[in-house]
Amino acid sequence: MSTTTNTVAEQVRSRYQPQHPSHLRKRYRSEWFFKIYGLVSVLIGLSFLFIMFTSIIWNGWSAFLQANLKLEVFLDQKKINPDGKSDLNTLRHVNFKSIMRNSLYEQLGLSGNLKPKIRRQLNKLLSRNADMQIREYVLANPSSIGKTVEVTVLAHGNVDAFLKGSISRDIPSEKRQINDQQVEWIDQLVSSGTLVMKWNWGLFKFGASSQPETAGLLVAIVGSIFMMLIVIVLAVPLGVAAAAYLEEFAPKNWITDIIEVNINNLAAVPSIVFGLLGLAVFINIFGLPRSTAIVGGLVLTLMTLPTVIIATRASIRAVPRSIREAALAMGASKMQTLFHHTLPLALPGVLTGTIIGLVQALGETAPLLMIGLVAFVVDVPSTLLEPSTALPVQIYMWARSAERGFVERTAGATIVMLIFIIFMNTIVAILRRRFESKW
Amino acid sequence: MHLRQLVLIALAVTNFVAGVSARDRVKIAGSSTVLPYANIVAEEFGKTYSEFKTPIIESGGSSAGIKLFCQGLGTSTIDIVNASRRIREEEIKVCKNNGVENIIEISFGYDGIIIATGVNTRAWALKPKDVYLALAAKIPANGQMVKNPHNTWKDVNIKLPNWQIAGYIPGEKHGTREVFEERLLRVGCIEAGAESIMETLGVDKKNVDNLCIAVRKDGAAVDIDGDYNETLARLQSNNTGVGILSLLFYEKNLDKLKIASISGIKPSSETISSGEYPVSRPLYFYVKKDHIGMVPGLDEYLKFFISKRIIGNEGLLAEYGLVPMPVIEYIALLKKVKTLKTM
Repeated sequence: MSTTTNTVAEQVRSRYQPQHPSHLRKRYRSEWFFKIYGLVSVLIGLSFLFIMFTSIIWNGWSAFLQANLKLEVFLDQKKINPDGKSDLNTLRHVNFKSIMRNSLYEQLGLSGNLKPKIRRQLNKLLSRNADMQIREYVLANPSSIGKTVEVTVLAHGNVDAFLKGSISRDIPSEKRQINDQQVEWIDQLVSSGTLVMKWNWGLFKFGASSQPETAGLLVAIVGSIFMMLIVIVLAVPLGVAAAAYLEEFAPKNWITDIIEVNINNLAAVPSIVFGLLGLAVFINIFGLPRSTAIVGGLVLTLMTLPTVIIATRASIRAVPRSIREAALAMGASKMQTLFHHTLPLALPGVLTGTIIGLVQALGETAPLLMIGLVAFVVDVPSTLLEPSTALPVQIYMWARSAERGFVERTAGATIVMLIFIIFMNTIVAILRRRFESKW
Repeated sequence: MHLRQLVLIALAVTNFVAGVSARDRVKIAGSSTVLPYANIVAEEFGKTYSEFKTPIIESGGSSAGIKLFCQGLGTSTIDIVNASRRIREEEIKVCKNNGVENIIEISFGYDGIIIATGVNTRAWALKPKDVYLALAAKIPANGQMVKNPHNTWKDVNIKLPNWQIAGYIPGEKHGTREVFEERLLRVGCIEAGAESIMETLGVDKKNVDNLCIAVRKDGAAVDIDGDYNETLARLQSNNTGVGILSLLFYEKNLDKLKIASISGIKPSSETISSGEYPVSRPLYFYVKKDHIGMVPGLDEYLKFFISKRIIGNEGLLAEYGLVPMPVIEYIALLKKVKTLKTM
């Protein structure tokens, strides 16, 4: 009898008390493991980010420095303007190249009759566009004609690469872009303080160029800014209006369902398809000129639109019903409810969606390939209808160039683009903070 | 009221667009091999002529460029196409159908195609036959055409090193591919006797041509659709791989590549100019004659490009790496441009 009661009591105990503490331990352990997995994935993600950033910065920081030669140039009036005029048209025909070269020869203590071969090698220390810099200097300071002045001109891209170490000293002379004689001259110029590294303003001042030392991002930056402006002006109002209509006004039936499915699909369409569309519609039908910021901006707008619509709809939906009902109960019309209450509350979400779309558009190359933005453009565009390029496209083009100097410029341009993106994200973070509200 | 304003604004915008599309500069597209040369010329042109804006140059390969070129006439189309190969008959036909009838062909110099390996290898000498036997899809053996069995270069030719065969050849859209096919594979095909074997086997002419230039697809030959930098990256990770590159690219990367001689001749500016080195090609650009006078600066650009200062023996492009053309050819070219003779 007693044994049976015992067994019943034991049975009860076994059911309600943890008889196997190992189970509990197992659950704790698996939770601990899960936490570790999570932590490890975060760390792996971070380390990839770290590797990417270090490699880009490591390769690219030197692009912000540039070898320059400080030349003592004698601006001989007889050679420049015997008639005393100093406008652009006169100066265009002046042979600044020989003026500049002679000054370099003197700086190296070489003068008199040099052999043509030696002279050619000497000339290769100077950038091919260095004469333009002297011309610009004379245009800006006409009073300097007839005097000896110090002008800073760009060194050749190979000299720059050599000083930065991307052309190594250890390679045998015949395999090096800079031969032993030139190395000697470079050392001489460095020790006399003529050849110096300076902050590379050219990277932000020049357009495309075939030489690394005069290749800059200005056309690409201006083009990207133009395109971003077009995207903001077109995609945001269109996207927000479409989202607000679909969320607040549209009847729920199969037509709106189809529209919704299509918008979601559109967001997943490969971007090159938008490029093909832009080529067919904007260029071939509407006759807009190729290679211009306006076509690029329109194509990127099409690409960004679905992202903006989806993000806006989600954030409008996240606004509690009670707010709408309260407004309606106070006698507000549907439109007043939307503009006075729902949209302001949804604004942080709309901003986030817009910026994600914009950043995506900023980094996009594929659709721009089709509409001619992958181009060599030297002159800076001043309107939307002039040829331009974009930042990612410039990176792509530099990555394909054979010269050593373009390798660092590719990474340097990537850094500039990352700074752009960080800047845009910061603005959004600030705006979100300002408009965010809790309920 | 609102609607009227909108319509007016829209009209103003379309007018503006229409007004501006009358072009103010030369537009060029085409080959990425010719691009660096064209960039230099465009840059110098912009520097020299203040009255014209610097031409803009798109790059997307010869074929894509010619397609754009043949779209038609008018300011919305390009004026010049750069090509690393000659325009084909079919392409000229398309051009004619779209109204582009007067095309001026300019060949402005030569470019060598080289076979390079990574820098840490020993120098070697190849023949077109070796290249064909290593990279073709089907090769002759005992009077039959069989699937290419070779794994190493030593299998191909006992004198060659014992390296795994790994060819990095330009993809189909590149003009360089055509030169590689014509000057190495086709020549090798004949040298190896494959052509005559196929003829005795009763293969028809067209198939013989196609079989000669068919590249093996078993992984030993890789199509590089990107640019030469991609080929260079492959050669750096696989030093004994074999890359097909242009001489210009090699000259900019002397410290990273080693070059093979072909049929005993080392490629250089001299051997290409004299025609000794077998694998070279002329570089071209094509101009729409009907656009001269319509697009400001086109005539001047054309004359500037062919001036001695640019493509002469000591011109800017030769300094950069172009193989200049022989003098007789140059004189003929000057005459052609003077009379604007079309194809």
